[in-house]
Amino acid sequence: MLTSIWAWLTDPASWSGRDGIPTRLVEHLLYSVVALVLAAAVALPLGAWIGHSGRARWLVTAANAARAVPSLGLLFVVAMLAGPRIRGDFAYVVPSLVVLVLLAVPPLLAGAESGVRAVDPAARDAAYGMGMRAREVLLGVELPCALPLLLSGVRAATLQVIATATIAASVSLGGLGRYLIDGLAVSDYAQMAGGALLVAALALAVDGLLALVTRYAVSPGLGGISGKRGGRSGVARRMPAAPTVGRLSHGSEPS
Amino acid sequence: MAVGMQWIGDHLPEILRYAASHAALAGLPLLVGLAIALPVGWLARRQPRLAGLIVGGSGLLYTIPSLALFILIPLLLGTRILDPLNVYVAMTIYTLALLVRTVVDALGSVPEATRAAATAMGYRGLGRLVAVDLPLAVPVLASGLRVAAVSNVSIVSVSALIGYPQLGSYLTDGYQRDYPLEIGVGIVGCLLLALLFDLAIRGGERALTPWLRVGR
Amino acid sequence: MAVGVPGYRHGMIRFERVTKSYAARPARGAGSAAGDRNAPTVAVDELTLDVPAGQVTVLVGPSGCGKTTTLRMVNRMIEPTSGTITLGGRDTATLDPAELRRGIGYVIQHAGLFPHRTVADNVATVPRLLGWDRRRSRARALELLERVGLDAALADRYPSQLSGGQQQRVGVARALAADPPVLLMDEPFSAVDPVVREQLQDELLGLQADLGKTILFVTHDIDEAIRLGDQVAVLRVGGRLAQVDSPARLLADPADDFVADFVGRDRGYRALGFRDALPIQPTPEPTVPLGADVGQARATATDRWLLVVDEAGRPVGWVEPERLTGAVSRDDLHRGGTVARRDGSLRALLDAALSAPSGRGVLVDEQGAFVGTVTAAQVTAALAAPAVRPGGIPDGGGHAVDR
Repeated sequence: MLTSIWAWLTDPASWSGRDGIPTRLVEHLLYSVVALVLAAAVALPLGAWIGHSGRARWLVTAANAARAVPSLGLLFVVAMLAGPRIRGDFAYVVPSLVVLVLLAVPPLLAGAESGVRAVDPAARDAAYGMGMRAREVLLGVELPCALPLLLSGVRAATLQVIATATIAASVSLGGLGRYLIDGLAVSDYAQMAGGALLVAALALAVDGLLALVTRYAVSPGLGGISGKRGGRSGVARRMPAAPTVGRLSHGSEPS
Repeated sequence: MAVGMQWIGDHLPEILRYAASHAALAGLPLLVGLAIALPVGWLARRQPRLAGLIVGGSGLLYTIPSLALFILIPLLLGTRILDPLNVYVAMTIYTLALLVRTVVDALGSVPEATRAAATAMGYRGLGRLVAVDLPLAVPVLASGLRVAAVSNVSIVSVSALIGYPQLGSYLTDGYQRDYPLEIGVGIVGCLLLALLFDLAIRGGERALTPWLRVGR
Repeated sequence: MAVGVPGYRHGMIRFERVTKSYAARPARGAGSAAGDRNAPTVAVDELTLDVPAGQVTVLVGPSGCGKTTTLRMVNRMIEPTSGTITLGGRDTATLDPAELRRGIGYVIQHAGLFPHRTVADNVATVPRLLGWDRRRSRARALELLERVGLDAALADRYPSQLSGGQQQRVGVARALAADPPVLLMDEPFSAVDPVVREQLQDELLGLQADLGKTILFVTHDIDEAIRLGDQVAVLRVGGRLAQVDSPARLLADPADDFVADFVGRDRGYRALGFRDALPIQPTPEPTVPLGADVGQARATATDRWLLVVDEAGRPVGWVEPERLTGAVSRDDLHRGGTVARRDGSLRALLDAALSAPSGRGVLVDEQGAFVGTVTAAQVTAALAAPAVRPGGIPDGGGHAVDR
């Protein structure tokens, strides 16, 4: 079994042409990136606003509840309804893209909302009190402090999109999922398994990349989800000179 | 509409059968996953160096897309591809990956002062775990369990692509036959099942935490 | 050195009939049980107050008295409903809020440090906002960290790595960075433990002695108010000014029952903190140095207790010569008894006398060298003499003499 999978993976034919690994990989990444960018354009500002103003919290709860809808079902429904109405090459891409965007929104929304909500209110108050304008507070204080939770939302959304793009092959989308679905159709386990390995590798690689981004983008001063927590130092303060009224000193330190 | 109700009526036994197998495929791994996650999570808390490895490792497992895992498990287990054991194992892995993190957080949510008091009164390790830590960890555990349950119900439906008979089968069949009602049955069935799991877990949580319900 | 923002170098703040009220919330349905919800909530009621330049004015009162609201109206974090607030003669309503705030130092409870920036970057915030270059801002930050008593090694740490007291110090340093003439402080020391709080209060007084800022300080703790304020304004619930006076006059002459209650008991004793002890002459007292042998100790003692000093003449404790088993060592020392400065307050001297095992309070000079003792009888005799230091604002008095 393993040998046939290896054979498929190393076969030059697998790497060339329209159905070749590079093409499918690029397709998969392209769909994922486009869906994430579109979803982020809507969900991140909205989530930030909800976290900031504290209103419309129900939107986040509703979005989270909507995650219960099976993604496969959503794909099929949208494909069936929208597919016939779209002409040309994009007939297969648009329905799937719509579903990918819909599925990416809840984690991005939740991440942005909880991230902004987690910003220390005292820090925000101090920022305004020191004379920062709204834009400076948002970019200089709120966004950097919201980053850990926000990025964790981005990671969750990315995984969701990559996974759903895989099964979207069943509604004729391209990408690496093609190997799984096509292999299934002709019972070619080598292709199925090879494709599955590639998908798994892609997901791990992208998640690893995002983990690195999180590590470097998030200030080390912020503990919690990401970033290293700085240890408490035992550095002693230098005290001012002895106060006027003091206990009878033991005569030791001038303090 | 009438045709739709007719269809549902005709297929009701099958729908219930599929729902039952769906519930088993999603629910059993919840129990098994929890049973494994509890000691693993407890270990992760006691050995902070292992904790990074354990939590990281489970995070890694959760990253793998479900269809890919369903296809690769037979390779690991040596089973045939249509063996339902594959789905059980895959779902248990996902549940475990989610719940290890939850168990670590849940045990961490028990106030340090309470644990110290219990130890000072004479509870030993395992005894304290069962009598004090676990009951107090129930709320956080239940919350993570609910997330895992809903996630499981959704992921199990994907296995329809491989051919396992459960509510997800209505999705694939409905698409192939161009019969939207069938897809609707599949979706609604999954939603109802997810709701049932959610209510059951909430109910269990309430039953196990009587102290949170009294007063005020 | 003074940078500040041009326009209000004279840091005097003036409130003229300032009111802040919040609109009524619409009543839900008829017959709401919560009473008449249609009346607006008045947080600050026609406040007229002068905050003199270069002095510490403390706003104090129970919860709901509007002290924080008042403070936050100065830098327009809250906008007054009516009335005028002028800063250095200029109406704050006419200034751009952000620019106004850059010229005012703002210290709040829990510091509000930016967790994602290092300590030095936090302190350098306002200079950077004002356009200073990086090097100058950082140099200024390091200078201020030292001034508030923090090790330079902390400059590149993050706030989460600091203790509560350290964070609060950074907050003060941050407020002083651009050398504003005015400081607003909202319960800055309430969130730290009492020992640290007293240290921070001492350091603030020291800083103020050096810098002479106009400070508006909010607290709910009357003792803190009396300790820190040159002028104390007591507010009652509903935002009305009950009394504004020097701490000494507040203790001596509360305006009404509310103020009297709020100021609390022990007023007479606490007022001793404002009375000068200089008229009292210290009584000479025999002493022995550390290490003196038993014979010398017993020969020098005039009664049961003997005072021991170190090589520099500083008092270290009392010993009972009858109980000595060898040369006088640190282990023999009785450590009861506080030490008071010769030029301290009557309160400090009385405490020294009352707490000393011998009944004689130990007095030292500014260098800490022993100058003599005082008894409780001497202190009470001095009380009969009217030697009150004038406690008015214009001549800068009215501080607690014991710091």
